[in-house]
Amino acid sequence: MTDATLQAGHVQWQEAVIERIERQTEGVKSFLLRPQTWRSFRAGQHLDLRLTTPDGYQTQRSYSVASAPGFKGLYELVVERLDDGEVSPFFHDVAEVGDAIKIRGPIGGHFAWGPEDGGPLLLIGGGSGVAPLMSIVRHRAAVGRDVTVVLLHAARTWDDVIFREELIARDATEANFTLLLSLSRDTARRPQDFGRRIDASLLNMTLARLGTAPRLTFACGSNAFVEAVTGHLLDIGLDPRTIRTERFGG
Amino acid sequence: MATRGFTRKTSPADYADRIPPGQSRTEGFPVLSAGPTPRVSLGDWSFTLKIGPRPMMRWTWEEFTALPQTKMTRDIHCVTKWSKLNTPWRGVLIDDILAEAGLALPPDYTLAHSFDGYSTNVPTADLIGGKAMVATHYEGKPLTPEHGGPARLLVPHLYFWKSAKWINALQFLERDEAGFWELRGYHIYGDPWREQRYRGD
Ligand SMILES: Cc1cc2nc3c(=O)[nH]c(=O)nc-3n(C[C@H](O)[C@H](O)[C@H](O)COP(=O)(O)OP(=O)(O)OC[C@H]3O[C@@H](n4cnc5c(N)ncnc54)[C@H](O)[C@@H]3O)c2cc1C
Repeated sequence: MTDATLQAGHVQWQEAVIERIERQTEGVKSFLLRPQTWRSFRAGQHLDLRLTTPDGYQTQRSYSVASAPGFKGLYELVVERLDDGEVSPFFHDVAEVGDAIKIRGPIGGHFAWGPEDGGPLLLIGGGSGVAPLMSIVRHRAAVGRDVTVVLLHAARTWDDVIFREELIARDATEANFTLLLSLSRDTARRPQDFGRRIDASLLNMTLARLGTAPRLTFACGSNAFVEAVTGHLLDIGLDPRTIRTERFGG
Repeated sequence: MATRGFTRKTSPADYADRIPPGQSRTEGFPVLSAGPTPRVSLGDWSFTLKIGPRPMMRWTWEEFTALPQTKMTRDIHCVTKWSKLNTPWRGVLIDDILAEAGLALPPDYTLAHSFDGYSTNVPTADLIGGKAMVATHYEGKPLTPEHGGPARLLVPHLYFWKSAKWINALQFLERDEAGFWELRGYHIYGDPWREQRYRGD
């Protein structure tokens, strides 16, 4: 199964203008980009960005789209600042509203979900790895309310939970959507959350919330995070063919 | 046109001529996989050569690692934008696998298959003539599971998704057949120097 937009052939570079910048947490900001030509996509896909210095040096990075396909005209990206990085500190310290950035996409055909893929879904995100999962959560709310979703969101502390207010509000108001937080260096603020790292027993409790085995699991974050989480998922008997991963590097 | 205020962090590297367009040099060894790292024990491991649907020859781990060993140090380039220079590998050249199977003229196209169901296509010409191997060792040590161990294909001159991790078969075909990522919008050939990332590039 491939994406119609990918079958259309070459994905062109184009200019997008930063329309809004929002602080998410310490070290994480959202950037709302307005491309010349917005095109729809599958929740979970990413954009490629290309930056150029005055002397012609170019570099590219990928960022997942956190907005849903129904949010027309804009793409929301969530950029975590890596202090020794080349591109993410540029976004945090230099980029301003009105700046133009070269982008292409959205692209990527595997770490993606649409209502035709069904559910139930288990989404597991570490830090900024929640970005593509947020697109799935938002898209589900718009087009797949009968699909049961549990989002297990790992962060260091309560204040590091990206999209915290929106996710808690969705948890409270949307049927079939559950948010569970795993805070590695904080205590749980809500009774259902965990004040510890993800391990096999925590995942078993998360699966119990889902009721049945997930049809698909999406795990996203740093490689170390994804490797640890998927290892536990295999230990507790999940079918590896139902698990999709996106690894941000590191 | 320049991106306002963007400066490069790395010094214009001595190795600039070895970094393909759009890539950045890394000292680490990032991981790209579509799913979890599969658990493959050496007892369960096997490697099969096929022509079309027909298995030609099959090796156990002991038999396979008794084949002639070759070392190869190469630059590698991942489609997720990192390049890593001088990576040292050891394994069995595809040439030696073909010689062992007595297959002088394999069909023009190859699909590499993996334990996790992954596949990727490579023209046979890109696998022979000393260009590619089934690697079992990295930096002198057995290849770790997250980097494809027990064994992965190594086709260093193409984007690294072509170097299928957890390989268990090479299937020769008369016609080119897209593999896992190639069916999902990635380039059918994947030459980093021509920046063939996505279909149509
Ligand atoms: C498909 C895909 C989607 C992505 N989506 C997002 C996203 O939504 N949000 C986001 O913030 N990032 C995302 N990333 C990561 C992003 O592309 C960059 O790698 C990241 O922003 C670092 O770039 P940089 O130029 O700041 O650092 P670089 O200069 O490239 O790297 C600096 C150092 O940090 C290391 N490093 C790189 N990435 C990480 C990491 N994630 N954690 C720890 N160390 C790291 C490098 O190995 C290097 O040593 C995604 C990556 C991929 C492949």
